[in-house]
Amino acid sequence: MDRLSLLIWIPVATMLLIGMFKDPKKVRLIAAGGMAVQLIQILFLLFAFFAERNAGNTSEMLFVTDVVWYKSLNIHYAVGIDGVSVALILLTGIIIFTGIFASWEIEDRTQEFFITLILLATGVFGFFISLDLFTMFMFYELAVIPMYLLIGIWGSGPKEYSAMKLTLMLMGASALLLVGVLGIYFNSAPDGGELTFNFIEISKINIPEAAQYFFFPLTFVGFGVLAAMYPFHTWSPDGHASAPTAVSMLHAGVLMKLGGYGALRIAVMLMPEAAQGMAWFFIILATIGSVYGALGAVAQKDLKYINAYSSVSHLGLILFAALMFNQVAFEGAVLQMISHGLITALFFALIGMIYSRTHTRNIYEMGGLMKVMPILGVAYMVAGFASLGLPGFSAFVAEMTIFVGAFQNDDLFIRVATILVISSIVITAVYILRAAAIMLFGQIKNKEFELLPDARWYDKVAVFILIAVIAGMGMFPGWLADMIYNDLTPMFSRIITN
Amino acid sequence: MELSKFLVMRSELSLLAVVLILLIAEIFSSKSNRNAIINLATGLFLLHTILGFLPSVEGQLFGGMYQHTGLSEMMKSVLNIGVLILFMQSSGWLKQESNKGKVTEFFMLTLSTLIGMYFMISAGDFLMLYLGLELATIPLAALVAYNLKEMKSIEAGAKFILLAALSSGIMLFGISLIYGSSGSIYYADVIGHMNMNILQIVALTFFLSGLAFKISLVPFHFWTADVYEGAPTNVAAYLSVISKGAASFVLVTLLFTVFKELFDAWEVLLYAMAVLTMTVGNLFALRQQNMQRFLAFSSIAQAGFILLGIISGTHYGMSTVIYFVLVYIFSNLGAFGVVAIVLNASGKINMDDYKGFYQTNPRLSLVMLLSLFSLAGIPPIAGFFGKFFLFAAAAEQGYYWLVIIAVLNTIISLYYYLLVVKSIFLERSDNPIALIKSDFLTKTSIALCVIGVLAAGVFSQVFDWVDLYSWGM
Repeated sequence: MDRLSLLIWIPVATMLLIGMFKDPKKVRLIAAGGMAVQLIQILFLLFAFFAERNAGNTSEMLFVTDVVWYKSLNIHYAVGIDGVSVALILLTGIIIFTGIFASWEIEDRTQEFFITLILLATGVFGFFISLDLFTMFMFYELAVIPMYLLIGIWGSGPKEYSAMKLTLMLMGASALLLVGVLGIYFNSAPDGGELTFNFIEISKINIPEAAQYFFFPLTFVGFGVLAAMYPFHTWSPDGHASAPTAVSMLHAGVLMKLGGYGALRIAVMLMPEAAQGMAWFFIILATIGSVYGALGAVAQKDLKYINAYSSVSHLGLILFAALMFNQVAFEGAVLQMISHGLITALFFALIGMIYSRTHTRNIYEMGGLMKVMPILGVAYMVAGFASLGLPGFSAFVAEMTIFVGAFQNDDLFIRVATILVISSIVITAVYILRAAAIMLFGQIKNKEFELLPDARWYDKVAVFILIAVIAGMGMFPGWLADMIYNDLTPMFSRIITN
Repeated sequence: MELSKFLVMRSELSLLAVVLILLIAEIFSSKSNRNAIINLATGLFLLHTILGFLPSVEGQLFGGMYQHTGLSEMMKSVLNIGVLILFMQSSGWLKQESNKGKVTEFFMLTLSTLIGMYFMISAGDFLMLYLGLELATIPLAALVAYNLKEMKSIEAGAKFILLAALSSGIMLFGISLIYGSSGSIYYADVIGHMNMNILQIVALTFFLSGLAFKISLVPFHFWTADVYEGAPTNVAAYLSVISKGAASFVLVTLLFTVFKELFDAWEVLLYAMAVLTMTVGNLFALRQQNMQRFLAFSSIAQAGFILLGIISGTHYGMSTVIYFVLVYIFSNLGAFGVVAIVLNASGKINMDDYKGFYQTNPRLSLVMLLSLFSLAGIPPIAGFFGKFFLFAAAAEQGYYWLVIIAVLNTIISLYYYLLVVKSIFLERSDNPIALIKSDFLTKTSIALCVIGVLAAGVFSQVFDWVDLYSWGM
């Protein structure tokens, strides 16, 4: 078996193993063990990837396995990775591993919870290694549908409503995407020859422009909804607020990045002419999204809603960068996916931990928590500083790259949009600091809170790993940024020459 | 004619043999010994199904009235698989006290309709087709009215026979017009005389309405919900998968051969019917509480998707239609199977009754989940592949707007399938349906459905098998 398919088989084996045990303690250990193996395998993969690149292997995708699956439609099971996807796979591995620890306290239907959660992660891993649009689409849907059960069964608040809304909106988006994928496929050989779903192959040919203008909006919106593109972001705050901790982490941290990755890699890269022609429209939507999301976060008092709107804002940045047609901005988009994934996962993990102690997420009902739970409090401050773009943390690197790239565009419209988008960063500081100040400092408002325990060992595992990676990426961004930048070169050069 | 040439009709003959053996067994069996009949019927049918997979000779009989090809053999095998699962599924229900005196009748009536469907598929002229259609319809009315002591069942039977008679009358009128305009009822002769004159378009329309009734396409669907609700669950399942599947097969083969020249006419008709069928079926399914009615409307909507494959007119389109029907057999029989098991054990049929079902019956709940997700088209379950391929077949010919309408419809359908999932998994109840124990045959049938929906998509060999025998216009 090749090493990329292992990324699917390890979670599958973990699920099967979990299925054999009912005892919550064993289930948790198996889940953590399985995902630890997965993370180690990803680290080995990363080293192997670097070894190959350093040895001078410049092929676009490494570790490629390509097997014909359905020959009548020329569907292949084709997997491979480059610098962009391996970075996102690493992100997924970290977040699912920490997510297991963040959901250590789930006692209701534990077995089913972890199986469904890992199923979701399997879909995400499959998505990122796919080179074939069909399997990519398949894994996309596979990653979305477990959300319904995860939110509906283990969520809180109006969970049934949120779960249904989220599922229908995301599956609606995937329906548009299906048409887009079919359109790309049937236009993948304009000069005759064999049609293909392989997006590396497709990126080498020119899809006829008329077709591009029909299928680009479908594809971009299809992926964009998952990246909470304004005005289709409404599933995100409700869904995140109702979801259990690990699901929020995984969803905001990774699943929404599927949208960004697809929008950049499939919609923009495969149909560059239409993307350029229609960019103005989607740039407006992305700008509105990032400013509106930030303003929305200011108006919220529920911690999860604050963070969900913050995600809308930061994902707006990714979509914005994906439309800049500038390699630096593209690099920034990918960096932002990783950075935001880590930070938002940390946020949601902390919110879950705080909520399980205080049983409220309303910031006005809390106060002075720093005295009661210093570790969680400090971690929350770190997450906040990272999120508002303090140098030394990952978000600074990512956002800076996006703005530098975007501003290189010598076009008034784009420059104005860039300035507007930058202003959302300022608003970010407002809502982050405001929430932290009200919740963590000042007087303890509720006497009962004085007895609350601080982080337990499994909380610490989750929090420390995430903080370490965020800080590490902020201080040593070079290797990651170079890897992404270099591997974007072949695709980007094709866009420019076409 | 040589006697050995009759072996071309192998599948019909062996099915007839099964019916006759059952008839004899009925004479020798006592009233208390009905289980043996169920096992015998299932066993014989299993043999018959296996026989269908053995290599056979292509050929025709009676001067072309009967044709046997690899395609027809494969279509019959697909139907056989469905009927086999259905027979096993019915065992729990047939063993009930109220069905004591009429177990053999169930099998004989079902198998008679199946012979009718065989003849429809293998027909080489319109007369044979019509005979097959009638044979496939009239015993079904008796099956629908199987619960003689229930008003609903009788009413459904009466409704079914009246509307079926009306639609077959219209179809016969269509056939007479075809004869009038071409001077023959043999497919091979008719093809050459098709030239898009107005008479032939009217004939096509009338003819289609007869088949549309069987597939329950809008606007010929009005009988569906009432009949499915009144009929015994297993008979409703038979109507929704086997009867519908057979009619779809006939529709696709006839449109691709006899009515090939009238493509411009039936393209419009099918387009309109596809849009209407998907939309109406889905919108009505949204508000159903009774699970049998719910599945009835869902099956109407599913039929609309089948038309997307037919309208393409390609080899690939035909493969996807047959493949979709095969997958649909597994998924719908899984869903109907669970509904039947619950109804027989507890008498409950409403969606609300399923609240908290997972607490007590986790396995059946998972079967229901898989079946519904397969119907909704969620990967990696087979239904996803079935739908994707149908959409691809339509998209290949440039029907992108039709595909967009269809995918939006899948979202509506996802909503109501999730409503059932919600009842079963999300909601909790203080007195859910108690743990249900089923007999061996029922369990096996459910297991076959689960294997079917899990394997038919992931293993591309299933599609390749179907693809091997298909052809395009």
